[in-house]
Amino acid sequence: MARRATGTRKLVVTALAWAVGLAIFFPILWTILTSFKTEAEAIASPPSLFAFRWTLENYVEVNSRSDYFLHFMNSVVISLGSTLLGLLIAIPAAWSMAFVPAKRTKDILMWMLSTKMLPPVGVLVPIYLMFRDFGLLDTRIGLIVVLTLINLPIIVWMLFTYFKEIPGEILEAARMDGASLWDEVVYVLTPMAVPGIASTLLLNIILAWNEAFWTLNLTAAKAAPLTAFIASYSSPEGLFYAKLSAASTLAIAPILILGWFSQKQLVRGLTFGAVK
Amino acid sequence: MATAHSRAAARVMISPAVILLLGWMIVPLSMTVYFSFLSYNLLMPGMEEFIGFGNYEFFLTDPAFMEALVNTLLLVGGVLVITIVGGVGLALLLDQPMWGQGIVRVLVIAPFFVMPTVSALVWKNMFMNPVNGLFAHMAKALGLPPFDFLAHAPLASIIVIVAWQWLPFATLILLTALQSLDKEQIEAAEMDGASAFDRFRFIVLPHMSRAITVVILIQTIFLLSVFAEILVTTNGGPGYASTNITYLVYAQSLLQFDVGGGSAGGIVAVILANIVAIFLMRMIGKNLEA
Repeated sequence: MARRATGTRKLVVTALAWAVGLAIFFPILWTILTSFKTEAEAIASPPSLFAFRWTLENYVEVNSRSDYFLHFMNSVVISLGSTLLGLLIAIPAAWSMAFVPAKRTKDILMWMLSTKMLPPVGVLVPIYLMFRDFGLLDTRIGLIVVLTLINLPIIVWMLFTYFKEIPGEILEAARMDGASLWDEVVYVLTPMAVPGIASTLLLNIILAWNEAFWTLNLTAAKAAPLTAFIASYSSPEGLFYAKLSAASTLAIAPILILGWFSQKQLVRGLTFGAVK
Repeated sequence: MATAHSRAAARVMISPAVILLLGWMIVPLSMTVYFSFLSYNLLMPGMEEFIGFGNYEFFLTDPAFMEALVNTLLLVGGVLVITIVGGVGLALLLDQPMWGQGIVRVLVIAPFFVMPTVSALVWKNMFMNPVNGLFAHMAKALGLPPFDFLAHAPLASIIVIVAWQWLPFATLILLTALQSLDKEQIEAAEMDGASAFDRFRFIVLPHMSRAITVVILIQTIFLLSVFAEILVTTNGGPGYASTNITYLVYAQSLLQFDVGGGSAGGIVAVILANIVAIFLMRMIGKNLEA
């Protein structure tokens, strides 16, 4: 390569990339730092980056003054519940489309994807009214159902692209050895499919955790996950920066960590295999 | 390899997903269509009557609709420009050899994992607030008057917030595309005396064009439905200055309880999204070997 990564060049690139990276990350860093300040220091001018008295009082306050733990658990139950339910429905569907393709498989896949293109606001009114009439407003189960349905196309697609990579010959070999369909699924397919299923699980927990249309519109207090709970800080109470920061840090930390593990799956899951 | 037996099994396995999605799509959507032809206000139950295209006429001629439509286009367009230009630049930068590449990548991608209500509130309060925000502190340090971003440039501020959330997505996908580029091609061009700009213009950019198209289409689908960021920052205001179609339909149906008008707006939003979706589906369909 003519343009070798010489020392100087690499140094310049490194400095530039770190500067840009830190600038993009800064709002998150600033939130985390502010969560450890007192309210007075949080709005002090000029603000200080690290030189303040570190305190955990905001985390204690956030938990004691509001039902933070309840909303955190709502987020956990709703994102995990909708993802597991989605996998339960999607795994058989993706399996059959990947290994027993029919003439219409492609059409079905494309149609499933098209349901994801439907803007939520197009069905907001009927869903809201149905939820009201069936007593599902502000319930965890109602949100689990809706989030399962909106993410189901993504789950099916991701699983399909993963299952497609499992060589069909292995299944045929198993069948020749007399394996039943059930044996095939349990002993041959499942072990090979676990990594793909795990990635799908991860990405969908993230998507469900951060979903902020249906969670805001269909919950009030009881079943509100963190997205909706944090939105309540948009009232003047939000002026308590340190507490807002503590609540925010707690809300995003689990997903930031999960997210770092799932960068690759993100590309795959959100582009529906159009970029590899 | 597929036997009649396995075909039947396959049909059974696929049907729950198909039936659920079919129900999810057809039932509420046809209800929306039905409501859109009714005069139906939740505050006046039992007064529903068929009024044909009256709701559409009302919604489409409402000055708020034109403003919301323009805002929607500005929001989508603005975010796309920032994320595509920024994303290409960042992808080119991150593709270079450097120290700590993994960490930088994580830093750049992080905003994508922040829930929309958190990022909107953090930007609104801790950065854009005219008294206590960081930008106000910076303006003060420079001797400038503080600027109330969300009051005087609400849409531009929301564009910045949403672009910050989506820049990682564009970067990640464009970087993935860039990494599949044959580096020998670049070296050959370099030896033939092509300048850095020419290499970018004639080799790198054409290679990334497909990924760029995909990013544009996918982001457009999501950006047409931006909601939480508007709800927690400006509530669509001042006036309708930061109301997009999604927020307008929400306000019409759940704040003014006008189910008929809101439904007509919802159908308009569906049609808008479909125009984009058709192109996206065609691109994905070409790539699918099923």
